[in-house]
Parts: sequence; structure tokens; C-alpha cells
Amino acid sequence: MYLTSEEILETIDMVRMEHLDIRTVTMGISLRDCSHPDIDIFNQNIYEKIVGKAENLVGTAEAVEELYGIPIINKRISVTPIAIAAEACKNPDFVSVAKTLDKAAKEVGVNFIGGFSALVQKGMTDGDRRLLESIPKALSQTERVCSSVNLAGSKAGINMDAVALMGNMIKKTAELTAESDSIGCAKLVVFANAPDDNPFMAGAFHGVGEAECVINAGVSGPGVVNSALRRLKNPSLGDISEEIKKTAFKITRMGEMAAREVSQRLGVEFGVVDISLAPTPAVGDSVAEILEAMGLERCGTHGTTAALALLNDAVKKGGAMASSSVGGLSGAFIPVSEDAGMIRSVQDGALSLEKLEAMTCVCSVGLDMIAVPGDTSASTISAIIADEMAIGVINKKTTAVRLIPAVGKKVGDSVEFGGLLGSAPVMNVSAFSSEEFIKRGGRIPAPIQSLTN
Amino acid sequence: MKTNRFVITVIGVDTVGIVAGVTRVMSDFGVNIIDIRQTLMEDIFTMLMIGEVKSENFVLKDFQDKMTQVGQEFKVEIRVQHEDVFKYMHRI
Repeated sequence: MYLTSEEILETIDMVRMEHLDIRTVTMGISLRDCSHPDIDIFNQNIYEKIVGKAENLVGTAEAVEELYGIPIINKRISVTPIAIAAEACKNPDFVSVAKTLDKAAKEVGVNFIGGFSALVQKGMTDGDRRLLESIPKALSQTERVCSSVNLAGSKAGINMDAVALMGNMIKKTAELTAESDSIGCAKLVVFANAPDDNPFMAGAFHGVGEAECVINAGVSGPGVVNSALRRLKNPSLGDISEEIKKTAFKITRMGEMAAREVSQRLGVEFGVVDISLAPTPAVGDSVAEILEAMGLERCGTHGTTAALALLNDAVKKGGAMASSSVGGLSGAFIPVSEDAGMIRSVQDGALSLEKLEAMTCVCSVGLDMIAVPGDTSASTISAIIADEMAIGVINKKTTAVRLIPAVGKKVGDSVEFGGLLGSAPVMNVSAFSSEEFIKRGGRIPAPIQSLTN
Repeated sequence: MKTNRFVITVIGVDTVGIVAGVTRVMSDFGVNIIDIRQTLMEDIFTMLMIGEVKSENFVLKDFQDKMTQVGQEFKVEIRVQHEDVFKYMHRI
């Protein structure tokens, strides 16, 4: 029989009951040919290029959704880091560029456009600095623009001047968007070893080594993995790893097929499938619950890092078997606000910022969507970033920080973003100062690549 | 698209006339039934059909909308999906 009833029903159930979806189809567009010293002409160039390339993106993705009956939740765009594309413009800030990106995103109907970004892991050019300083205004005056900054790399070290600057920019962004629970910070992420082809927001940008235009897809499915594990009867950890691998394989195959169909219909090169377990606030669609399904009473207790390591590795193995073009972040995301299980763990006192930091050593990204008290100082935010960058640089992996210093809120309060961004309980940070350390500036050198103990 | 085969799944409470309702739409749209099965999924009635599109003027969206309408009439959930999604996911 060419398709068994079980196979058909398994797929249907993944979508109906377990929240399987293609989280995003993201079109990467190079803006390198748009440069012009006159910012108005530059803005005109990028608007025309983005709208020209992406005008059929949403319609095509919707047609593929219909064809396969698999939801594609978000259609998005990533562009060349604006600090590079707009560097020739000598204007003191790049806010008008962000507004142009926002307008283009609205015109083609995508919900986010990423790439208000700079790559400053080793040093900052004049244009990089102007971009970084434009971020708070840019994010408070636009709706769909996402910003990311690469602050560190395993071959460059950590740019501590930029880390210090970004602590301030995150604070300012929170203040300028205070009336909406500092939502600007949910659209701003800083990285170590940022990938060039990540389709997920807020960190998506179109890397400088990428083609003119590509389609990258982000596939998700924590709910599917969670349900699959809960169906196992008294499994060993080996059985659990095997089940996650198989499930990740199936999810990735489906994502690759749909993404290739979109890219073929648009006549645009296919880039990568990013198989990342990205939780949503929906019940069961939770990475924390997967860890709990392995036998932990609450996510965050002792054993959580080991369980997450198993999960992250098994997801990568299944994904790598399923597609020859796996890229982006690929692994498990551990955002707090977007995951009902994580929120519960924080509220129950099981999960702390320190434990989340440990978990980022083995997850695919980092400290994500974590609200901290509004009176947290810029230097403390920079110090949290520095810790996270160090983990990424030393372990040669991507790490990231997306913190929300929620203006006017203290530990015990929570911030509400709604939709996929969810809500975040405000978490405690250390009361001791890191100010002197951050003030020193300079660069933490690139780590030695041998003597790896 | 390599083939023109679709999997139609009907999930819900079994009532008189469902099969007739679904097959009528298929015939109206020139979709040939090449397989039809009934099964229970966690005690819920499930019908699986594989249909092959014969008509050149077939518009998937219209077919899906009509099926959704029939689904609402009989209070069942009807999905129409291209067969590749199932093949790709489960077969190498």
C-alpha cells in the first residue's frame, strides 16, 4: 500500500492536536547593490528592491499552505545588515532606514523584517556605531523591524566596547517603548557567532556571504516531540533520544518539502531548513514540558541541563538526516515568555536566570525573552550579555541575549506581549555591581583553539 | 507539483450521508477516487480517501472551500492535502 492509514493519521494528528507548523518562511534579500551616499535615494533603492523581490512571497506561501494543509505561521524577510548597506550615508542616524523597512514590510504583508543589524565582533566602524545608536528610536518608531547585533565570535573574541554600548541601547529601547511593556526589546537580540542564514526573528539577517535572494524555512514542533515522548512506556534515555530523532526527522522532511515548493514557485534559490523547537504559549507546545516528560518534576531543577543537551543533540541528528541543507540555529529554543512550561517553572521558583545561563551552554541559542526589573542598570545588562557571549565564544556555538528590562516592573510582576511573544514573569538579577568590569572596555581576545579541557 | 493526487480526510461523528456528500463534491470537481478507507482514531470516525484530479480546470482552493462547506453541514472536519506531505514525511 502506498500510504498507510497510520501514516496519514499521524501527520494529521501532528497538525490538529500537536501544533506542528512551519514557523516561518523567510526570504533573504541582499541590499548590497542599494548603497548610495544620499539616504533618501538609498531608502528608495531598498524599498523598491524589497517590494520587487517579495511582492509574491505571502501569496505563494499561502498557496503552499493550502496545497499541503500545513500551516506556515509567519512570512518574513531578512536583509543585509543595514550598517553595511547604509554605511555610505553620513547621516547621524539610520531611523529613516528602519521606517523604510517597516513600510516595505507592510506593503508586502510580512509581519517582521530583520536586518537592522551590525556585525561588530571585533570592532566598530563609524557606520556600525551610528546604527547601534539608532536602535532605540528605530524600534520605538516602527512596528515590524527587528534588530540584531553580533558582539562576539570564536575567532574574534568579545567586543566589550560594543557590549557596554548595547547595555545602554537595550535600556533606552525599553524606556522608549515603556507604555507597551518595553516591547521594543523583544525585537532586539545580541549574538555571539550569529548565523548568516537564520530565518527566525528577532535575529534574522541576510549574511554577507549569501546569494542575491534565498528562501530559508524555520520548522518547529515542540508539541509533536512532547506528545511522542509522552506516548513511550517507561523509556530509557536512549529510547527518548531515538524517538526525538525520528520525530525531528519527520518534521524536517515536511519543512524542506514545503520550503522547496515555495522557493521553486517564486523562482528563488532555496537556502536552508532550520529545525528548531520553538515553543509557543499554547499548552503542550513547550520545550520545558519535553524536559519534564523525561522525568524532571519542573524544568530548572537539577538534571535540566543534561536533559536539554540530550534534546538539542537528538533534534540536530534527526534534522541532519532529513535534509542536506540544515542551517540557521537548529536545536531547541528556551525562551521564557513564549513557553508556558518555562513561565510556570519561574513562577514556582524552579527556574532562575543562573540556571537558564547554564542551559544556554547546550541549547541552540541563549537567554531569550527574559524580563528583568526595570531598574536593572545598563552595566548589569552588559555583564549578563558578556557572560553569555563568553559561553558562545569558548564553546564555538551561537549564543544570544534578548532581555527585557521592564520599565516600572519588579520581581514578581509580569509583562504581557500577547500573541507568539507571550508573557514574561520578571526575574531576579544579582544585586552586586559589575560596573567597573564593564567600564574597562576593550576586547576580550579570541580564545585558544587547542588545550580544550 | 509532481502528481495530482490528494488525500481527503474526514474526521468526526459518523452520520448518514457523509460519504455521499463528499463523493458528490469529488465528482463535481472531476476528482477520481482511487482509494477509500474507514477507520477509528481514538474512537473518532475517520474516513480517508485518495483522489486523483482529472480535470485541467481544477482549482484546489475552490475544492477545499466546497469540502469545508460539506464538513460544516455534517459537523465533521474535512481536509484536502496533496499526497506528497505524507510521502515525504514517512518515506525515504
